[in-house]
Amino acid sequence: MSEFFAALVQHQFLQLALMACILASVGCGAIGSYVVVKRLGFLAGGIAHTILAGMGIAYYFAGSPMSGAIICAIVAAILTGMIKLRWRQDEDILIAAFWSVGMAIGVIFISRTPGYSVDLMSYLFGNILLVTRRDLVLMLVLDVIIVLTIVIFYKQILMTAFDETFARTLNIKTEAIYIMMLCLIALTVVLLIQIVGLVLVIALLVLPAASAALFATSLHRLMPLAIMFSMLITTSGLALSYQPNLPVGASIIVIAGVFYGIALFAHARFSRR
Amino acid sequence: MSAGICIRSLNFAYSKLPVLENINLEIEAEEFFGLIGPNAAGKSTLIKLLLGLLMPDSGEILIKGQPPLKARHLLGYVPQHPTFPCDFPITVEEVVMLGRQSPTYGWFDRQDRQAARVAMQAVEIADIARQPIKTISGGQRQRMLIARALISHPEILILDEPTANIDLQAEESIFSLLKQYNDHITIIVISHDVAFISEYVHRVGCLNKTLICHATAAIDGKIIAELYGGAVRMIQHVH
Repeated sequence: MSEFFAALVQHQFLQLALMACILASVGCGAIGSYVVVKRLGFLAGGIAHTILAGMGIAYYFAGSPMSGAIICAIVAAILTGMIKLRWRQDEDILIAAFWSVGMAIGVIFISRTPGYSVDLMSYLFGNILLVTRRDLVLMLVLDVIIVLTIVIFYKQILMTAFDETFARTLNIKTEAIYIMMLCLIALTVVLLIQIVGLVLVIALLVLPAASAALFATSLHRLMPLAIMFSMLITTSGLALSYQPNLPVGASIIVIAGVFYGIALFAHARFSRR
Repeated sequence: MSAGICIRSLNFAYSKLPVLENINLEIEAEEFFGLIGPNAAGKSTLIKLLLGLLMPDSGEILIKGQPPLKARHLLGYVPQHPTFPCDFPITVEEVVMLGRQSPTYGWFDRQDRQAARVAMQAVEIADIARQPIKTISGGQRQRMLIARALISHPEILILDEPTANIDLQAEESIFSLLKQYNDHITIIVISHDVAFISEYVHRVGCLNKTLICHATAAIDGKIIAELYGGAVRMIQHVH
């Protein structure tokens, strides 16, 4: 641990990585809370994996993989939202199809890309130690979009999440709110891909918020608590993986899992009393 | 009939399976109307049509002379008990505040809290305002949902099985609460508990695909047998 702090002072890449953890945690905790209370983990996973298509296509045409990811994530969010609203029965099949077909398209485009082969692993499992200043600015912008949207539409979001039928009787545009939230989930996934990659993204989106949900009594308390848990998990993953030279993304996910286990245990002890 | 509900020759089917056939109904202002019928008789469907959540296949619904989608601000809706996850992280006060018409943007504000306080005091749950909903009892939950409907000062209150899953004492206290509101609010209550609601309501509609209204509240065994048994005929009551 102490070696990590010594290195942190010396190396800029570690400072950037630490900033990335903190920035990613803001969107992760806020949107993760929504994903947990609405039980949308599977859907978020579908969106995450579809993103590889966008990254692959952008890479093939020599564009920026991150802008490809954002565009693809938004398209995937809107399409999955329509699927959920229009073809409710076949939802899981359609999401599973999106999930793997999206990945397959990404793999094909990446394999056809001329020149040196891109490091597919860093998209799949993240590579936080390569985060640049430009990435941090993008993450900050995404955070601002996510937080502002939640603050402005807080009541409408809460209403739609809690009791959709009742919200409709108050003329709330529940379907529009739902699609908007899926788009925010998509942006959050892009945010987190930098840290843990798209394969592991669901765990980071869900576990800190699920831990916080055990203790929070309302959504506006759940979100900040989930953000704090997420910061704790990502930064300690970064610190603990440094000295033994473990992959950072995977370490963060293991810590998130352990953290959730401890939270479940603490909650069981606490509520028995 | 300006202040009431008027339903004319209403038909509705879920993908060709007829649920409601030729429904005609007029409910006057400040009436306490009970809607009874067996399971799958179309009670909740009729309520959804009134709320504009479903559209009729034919016929029309007018609420104070307006179609349901334009009359939503006049309606307060208390859904059947578990329409939302009971472990959702939300407090009683927040649920009630969410009942306000055309919510503003941003956080809950002082007006939201003030309106919620009045509504919660009216149904005597002000003391549990800050509690998460997973810790409250069935009767308290029902009062919370009534407060959520009352916060927007509806002229018509629609309750779908308000006393399912709660004990008899809580049930009586909820109906006497509704009775107090009935002096200025029209109340429509769905129930399968025929004997119980007949003490409170002015008129009962017996729904089983078709609707027959009984002019008084006195319901005897014969009607119930006919409603739940087979063909339904008009029955004259003498009070």
